[in-house]
Amino acid sequence: MRFPGNKASLPDVFADDNRIGSKPMAQKPAPPPILALRWLGVGAVPAALALAFLWAGGCFSPGRVTQNRLMGELHNAGSYGHGFRRAHAKGVCVSGWFDASGDASHLSRAAVFHEQHVPVIGRFALAVGQPYASDNAATVRSMALRFMPPDAPEWRTGMNDPPVLPLRDAHDVSDFFTAQQSDPATGKPDPARVKAFGATHPWLRSAADVNAHRFISSGFADDTFHSLDSFVLSAADGTTTAVRWTMIPTQPVTPSDAKAGDREYLFRELISDIHTHALHWHLMMTVAGPHDAINDPSQIWAQDDQTLDAGTLTLNSIESEDGGPCTGITFDPLVLPPGIQPSDDPILQVRSAAYMRSFSLRAGENRSSSAVTPTLIQTPESKKS
Amino acid sequence: MNGMATFPLLSRVLHWLMAVMILAMLFIGLFMASSVGPDYHRLVALHRPLGIAILMLAILRVANRLRSSVPTLPEDLPRLLRRIATTSHILLYGLMIVLPFVGWGMLSAGGFPIPLWGQSLLLPPILPHNPALWSWLRSAHTILAFALFGLVLAHIGAALFHGLIRRDGVLRSMCAKEAPSPDLQEQKPV
Repeated sequence: MRFPGNKASLPDVFADDNRIGSKPMAQKPAPPPILALRWLGVGAVPAALALAFLWAGGCFSPGRVTQNRLMGELHNAGSYGHGFRRAHAKGVCVSGWFDASGDASHLSRAAVFHEQHVPVIGRFALAVGQPYASDNAATVRSMALRFMPPDAPEWRTGMNDPPVLPLRDAHDVSDFFTAQQSDPATGKPDPARVKAFGATHPWLRSAADVNAHRFISSGFADDTFHSLDSFVLSAADGTTTAVRWTMIPTQPVTPSDAKAGDREYLFRELISDIHTHALHWHLMMTVAGPHDAINDPSQIWAQDDQTLDAGTLTLNSIESEDGGPCTGITFDPLVLPPGIQPSDDPILQVRSAAYMRSFSLRAGENRSSSAVTPTLIQTPESKKS
Repeated sequence: MNGMATFPLLSRVLHWLMAVMILAMLFIGLFMASSVGPDYHRLVALHRPLGIAILMLAILRVANRLRSSVPTLPEDLPRLLRRIATTSHILLYGLMIVLPFVGWGMLSAGGFPIPLWGQSLLLPPILPHNPALWSWLRSAHTILAFALFGLVLAHIGAALFHGLIRRDGVLRSMCAKEAPSPDLQEQKPV
């Protein structure tokens, strides 16, 4: 019988042991059965670590929601890729500044709530996977912002226009993306799958209903954007306050007339609006009441919660994503300055992890030009010249 | 051979401390890169200071290695194994230093703020903002981490081979105190 560790089957490495064995101080070679056990010992520790490593990578956890899984699901749901964001792929860069009112300064020590004229870079986008999709009034719109106080850590946030997020945790997100999978026949999500998602996720029904009946404004400039997730503000004295926030436009709000204009009509309007005059939003902080769910963005908060006007956002400049300042960054909602902390809301972690993976994928790809081109953004004056 | 010299105390402390840290780091890194669960952010926040601590300890360790006495490998170790041992140790040291720099550099190139501890203490960027470079370094970070893990496994396997099969004192030299052997006096740590 030959053991795996039998001398005869081993390379010359082991033959050295014979030489040791011939020396007076060294031990005699172990008999084959014990030798085999020793070889087992040599292999067992690395093998156990390798197995543990595979576990850490999710190889034994088919149910785990991973970054790769989310990216794959987005791809199957029609996300375009090719250098574009995996979600909210059609967008435009904006910039301006934020002036704190001081009204939220007692809740948070974040510089943005205390300072004037904090530079801001932002991005307006449609929640589509296709960067060349036609603008549609019913598509979810987003406003993402990066606040850059000169002497303090920056703050990034991504907000959507529906009032609540009909997703509670990573599994909801994964199930939702799967339900959005494109039907090869129609190129659109299979209505039966979408319906099945609603049926198997009854806890999301009230949020989905609220969003389905939401007011839809005429465009980006008169839209209201919501943080969706909850955060915790921390004051200089250490007190903490759970909040959500909302960007409320000072521009007059008109309902969407549901006209399906040209493919870029929403972005054209935004370009024309910003070129006409700077756009303003109030950053309204909603303080969580005693019954509000902090860790579940699919729960609507009470209507009588206290609100505070934290300051005014001014956006006075717009650029194409091609070369614009919002393209080479993520609006990771967990890039937070001292004074704003994450809540236990699990969606925050999903967004942070997924945005990072999306960014590493798209930044390594060749990208064609955006639908909202620099030419589209030229001011009337520059067009004339 | 069981009278072989052992590593000086500082070398042994650094070795075992970093062994725990590097293994923890590899597991944290892989887990957080393949999970969007509720521990994701906490693990990312731990990964950065742990990486910087490993970087600083690795630099200290290389300096210590260059100026301290190192037990010589058994004379009867075949030349090929000797060469593999030397090369793998150089690669291990190299990756301990390169991996944290690649991590730091990729976040710099990605335009991310790099909090070291809490939200106030930030590391400065060490590379210019360049998304293509970020993407490249992000992939390199993964590949190098897998390479380091492979080397660590080989290192453990080799140590056990010395300890269980050859029983030549090499494993003991990193585990035990100096053997009270008169012919080893000159190799005592300084």
